[in-house]
Amino acid sequence: MSSMLLAVDLHQFFRQIDLMSLATLTIVTATPLTLAALGGVMCERSGVVNIALEGIMLTTAFVGFVAAFVTHNLAIGLLAALVSGMLIAALHAVLSIEFLVDQIVSGTVINILALGITGVFYRTFLQQVNVKGPGTLPVWRIPLLSDIPVAGPILFRNQGVTYAMLVLVVVVHLILFNTVWGLRTRACGEHPLAADTAGINVKLVRYVNVISSGALGGLGGSYFSLQQIGNFLPGITGGRGFIALAAMIFGKWTPIGAFLASLLFAGADTVGVRLQYLGVRIPTQFLSMLPYILTIVVVAGAMGRAIAPAAVGRPYRKN
Amino acid sequence: MTGLAGLLRNRRLRDAVLLPAISLVCGFAVASIAVVLSGANPIDAFGALLQGAFTNRNALEETLIATIPYIFLGLGVAVGFRGGLFNIGAEGQFYLGAVFGVFVGVSLHGLPGILHIPIALLAGMLGGFLWASIAGVLKARFGAHEVITTIMLNYVAFLLTDYLINNKGPLADKHATAPKTPFIDSTAQLPILVPGTRLHMGLILALLAVPLVWFLLSRTTIGFRIRAVGLNATAARAAGISVGWTMVTVMGISGALAGLAGADEVLGVSHFMPPSFSVGYGFDAIAVALLARSNPWAILPSAFLFGAMRSGAGFMQLVTGVSADLISIVQATVIIFVAAPLLVRWIFRLRDVPEAPVHIAEAGGLASAASGAAPAASLEETAT
Repeated sequence: MSSMLLAVDLHQFFRQIDLMSLATLTIVTATPLTLAALGGVMCERSGVVNIALEGIMLTTAFVGFVAAFVTHNLAIGLLAALVSGMLIAALHAVLSIEFLVDQIVSGTVINILALGITGVFYRTFLQQVNVKGPGTLPVWRIPLLSDIPVAGPILFRNQGVTYAMLVLVVVVHLILFNTVWGLRTRACGEHPLAADTAGINVKLVRYVNVISSGALGGLGGSYFSLQQIGNFLPGITGGRGFIALAAMIFGKWTPIGAFLASLLFAGADTVGVRLQYLGVRIPTQFLSMLPYILTIVVVAGAMGRAIAPAAVGRPYRKN
Repeated sequence: MTGLAGLLRNRRLRDAVLLPAISLVCGFAVASIAVVLSGANPIDAFGALLQGAFTNRNALEETLIATIPYIFLGLGVAVGFRGGLFNIGAEGQFYLGAVFGVFVGVSLHGLPGILHIPIALLAGMLGGFLWASIAGVLKARFGAHEVITTIMLNYVAFLLTDYLINNKGPLADKHATAPKTPFIDSTAQLPILVPGTRLHMGLILALLAVPLVWFLLSRTTIGFRIRAVGLNATAARAAGISVGWTMVTVMGISGALAGLAGADEVLGVSHFMPPSFSVGYGFDAIAVALLARSNPWAILPSAFLFGAMRSGAGFMQLVTGVSADLISIVQATVIIFVAAPLLVRWIFRLRDVPEAPVHIAEAGGLASAASGAAPAASLEETAT
């Protein structure tokens, strides 16, 4: 009975659906996921697990918004998000590389801290003020390119963070697989002792990569407050940092794979939201569960087939 | 500083008392910075916290009421840690326990309390057990890391609860204006311990759970297996212990304790279930367990401390305007210091603090399970 209803609804859905807008929305929704997943790739390829990405995005969404709000300048907001992301990631780096704290514990601490900090300062500074926000990043149409049929509207009529995401997928790929730094990064993630023996400064490589992942996470966080809604709400990231880690795993720790996996999660999210608008007779809560359940399925299914960097999660100590 | 350094060299004393104490002091110190930055006076804020936790009318009883879920949940997370699993899903299991508990409380009628209460509590344990077992089985069978799966299951649990309780959901009170379940039958309500307060029988149950979990972990075969897998899964497997099944058991016990906390909260305190049921008890429980270093007896003071912070935080927010989220900052800092003895050693210039006392999962963290080592422990393997 219910499956028949579902079939009717899906038929309705595909008749009413606007595939172009769905594709555009998927790219936009994939933006923070991809950025955080790229951060995860950088970090884990050097041998450090980063489950703090959720907390990094939450805090930077907040800091970016406050900075943009105070200065009335979105660019300064973006910069503040980047810098604060790097600072939080530096805390993760110091705890896990220097003080050998279990990397999962360190990441969890940062996630709890993010809840505390954003909660306390949201209440102090934002809740009472009747905020007239700084607005959102403008949509930039790239001349000529945006007029290409199909690809034009999907790829070249976006806001700044989405463009940055698209460029960074390529940049991180090139860094990781076509530069000396990338080779060193992967060496530290696979066999730090061998890397050390070859004269690579394992600690330095890990520090730089963890902090870069903070910058990527910070950009991802700025998506929520500066690109999507132009405001900050507690818990606005809604677990996207964790979903990004699943995208990283599903994408086999490669930037392009992580991007494609993020598109998959974002697609599930977008279709779920669209179904709600179309008044499909499935309770909205179940549609909202889609990306979370997909994450569980993917993490269970991809594990074992996707091979993690061999030394990820293990602190390296010189004797 | 030499006196303190001397004390810190007495290992047992240091591990049990001083390290947590130092961590707490540092936690409050860091939180004071946040209080100052948010424009309030830390002395006022923490004064109000203490007042709200201990000296106001019924404050101590309210602190004990908040301590009860922390004991159950802290024990649950601690069992996970002892078995090498990081159960971040206690919050979702807490919700599922409450849902199962409230279902029994609302839908069974005419039972005497002596039957109704245990059935509802067992149902709560079952709810948490089932929810956590999903993560346990996925870990044992596919190597899916429990940190990601339990976090995702949290979100699913919140949405599921929301569906059940909000507008016309199956468990919703059709006559109420606000979304909530109906009240549970009076036969399912836990008796009040101290007349005139809300302090309920759950406290006794929680106090009984501590020696039970201690006994389970240190005096039974299952407990031995759990600890062996937690210390070194490879060695445990070599010794013939089924690592996969042990992981499922660990998650199941951990979830059952969290579910018990949820059901107890419904039967003892609220007597119905609103959509946003928890204030983050399940997440706080991670700090409770870490501060207690996963020792069941140490969960008691640790849970009491967090109960005091939780019940005092509301009053602090009311009086000084400092958000109750402040206690998250205290928690995070406490965990840092408990988990990083090297940091304590560095700050206090010590030489002999042990280096890695917090073992969580096998080294290798989030993705090690994918490298092939952990998934070797599959359920099939154990079936033979």
